[in-house]
Amino acid sequence: MKERAMVPEADFRSYYGRPVVRPPVWRHDIAAYLFTGGLAAGSALLAAGGDATGRPALRRAGRTTALGALIASTYFLINDLGRPSRFHHMLRVAKPTSPMSTGTWILSAFGGAAGAAAVAEAAPLLPGPLRRPVTVLGTAGQYGAAALAPALATYTAVLLADTATPSWHAAYPDLPLIFAGSALASGAGVGLIAAPPAQTGPARRMAVLGAALELYGAHRVETSKGILSEPYTTGRAGRLLRAGRTLTALGVAGALLGRRSRVVSALSGASLLAAALATRFGIFDGGVASAKDPRYTIVPQRERLAGSSG
Amino acid sequence: MTADNLGGWPDPQPRMGFFTDTSVCIGCKACEVACKEWNAVPDDGFELLGHSYDNTGGLSANSWRHVAFIEQPVPTDVLAEAEAGPGDMRWLMMSNVCKHCTHAGCLDVCPTGSLFRTEFGTVVVQEDICNGCGYCIPACPYGVIDQRKDDGRAWKCTLCYDRVGDGLTPACAQACPTRSIQFGEVGELRERAAARVEALHGQGVGEARLYGHDPDDGVGGNGAFFLLLDEPEVYGLPPDPIVPTRDLPAMWRRAGLAGLAMAAAVVVSFLGGRP
Repeated sequence: MKERAMVPEADFRSYYGRPVVRPPVWRHDIAAYLFTGGLAAGSALLAAGGDATGRPALRRAGRTTALGALIASTYFLINDLGRPSRFHHMLRVAKPTSPMSTGTWILSAFGGAAGAAAVAEAAPLLPGPLRRPVTVLGTAGQYGAAALAPALATYTAVLLADTATPSWHAAYPDLPLIFAGSALASGAGVGLIAAPPAQTGPARRMAVLGAALELYGAHRVETSKGILSEPYTTGRAGRLLRAGRTLTALGVAGALLGRRSRVVSALSGASLLAAALATRFGIFDGGVASAKDPRYTIVPQRERLAGSSG
Repeated sequence: MTADNLGGWPDPQPRMGFFTDTSVCIGCKACEVACKEWNAVPDDGFELLGHSYDNTGGLSANSWRHVAFIEQPVPTDVLAEAEAGPGDMRWLMMSNVCKHCTHAGCLDVCPTGSLFRTEFGTVVVQEDICNGCGYCIPACPYGVIDQRKDDGRAWKCTLCYDRVGDGLTPACAQACPTRSIQFGEVGELRERAAARVEALHGQGVGEARLYGHDPDDGVGGNGAFFLLLDEPEVYGLPPDPIVPTRDLPAMWRRAGLAGLAMAAAVVVSFLGGRP
């Protein structure tokens, strides 16, 4: 009677356990950009709302943060290129099938508008005849930037989802909610840090609504994607997303309970910003982890085939 | 003759591609060598991987053909095995390459226009345009295209665009000593592949199957397709690849909804009460 090594039935087969799809080569510059891009969008909305409702502290903080975050975004995006000196090749074409091309044009338009708005904050320092046109241009830029902000905050979700990276692609219905919520919470955080309590009412409400979107979206990607949810709940990505959730909860609690205290408000704002940062890095790392393990490519495709033939 | 003018060229040529018949591959790696020689592709390191005779590992920026080696028991039916004892081992060998998809994810997402569709229906990177954004790399459902680390740009098989333009056969197919790699018009190759798989089935090789030949699959069919002797994932291929951009309209709809929610949240926040 022959002896034969019986190996337990493997749930999937692969080529020496090597990945099927290639993990993104993007470094953490791109995760950082997800945060700064959202921060720029949230701040631009804060500035527009603040200006429209007569809250100058929100306007000032929103405009300057939007420009700062935009400059940081540009740095991260160019720094991540394999050939940074060729960054302007992005502007050769406008290509609707490429979310990165679409995003380049959104970011460029937003940059011009947000830049004009931020520069206008310096209008009082300008000689008399220049003040008026610069202020008008700044207001136009401010509302232009606010109109583009939702696109800036959410296109990055499409950017990640439009890949073969399993856990990013599967999360495409929910990633935009996370990114929109996270951008709102970031903008709220800026308001809470920079404005006196008398002007921060809208920022507190923005924090609550943003956190709700962000937490709902994160809950969806962590629970509704079958095995493709796993990379978001384990390892570094899992730790980052859990930290993001805790920091969001702390930030919202502080924003609601600390109405009268400047210090508590500022700490809540910082907590919301840290939450957004952790969440973006968590989503980024979860996708990368899903590409590195062939299980996440092969098993869902096998299930799809079994479903369509059976 | 395949009339699909994928690139919208004014003077389209027949779509050209590869049919790689792994049942006659002998694992000589002449394709890997010829590709590197002709295209001046740098080395990809000198690692010993312990994966049978494969020390290349997979397709990469510096490996545009890759010969996979799989050692496994010869498939037999259970009764025959019970009588004769455990069967022999067999070696599967397969020369992998860029699929030159009908719906190419890399090409769709390239934001610079560096990746383009040639008049032969193949997908090629223009190295003077690529700025190394890296988007094509996770967009490929096969993990083919890759960034060359010391160079920053993305590289992959060009289906020897320079040779094909001059009426020559790509280097790998030219070097293949067993006609495992066949080059030609995609329509004609598909017929040849169908005939080959039928012949193998007739000879009792029931596990022979085509991969990437079907214009109705998730990438619209491959310009470079394969005859395999086991499931695709055994060779490191995805069993049911889908071009990511197929879902792009749905993705933008979800992003649009989230963007509207965001705008509404701001309006509510600022008009919702005092202070």
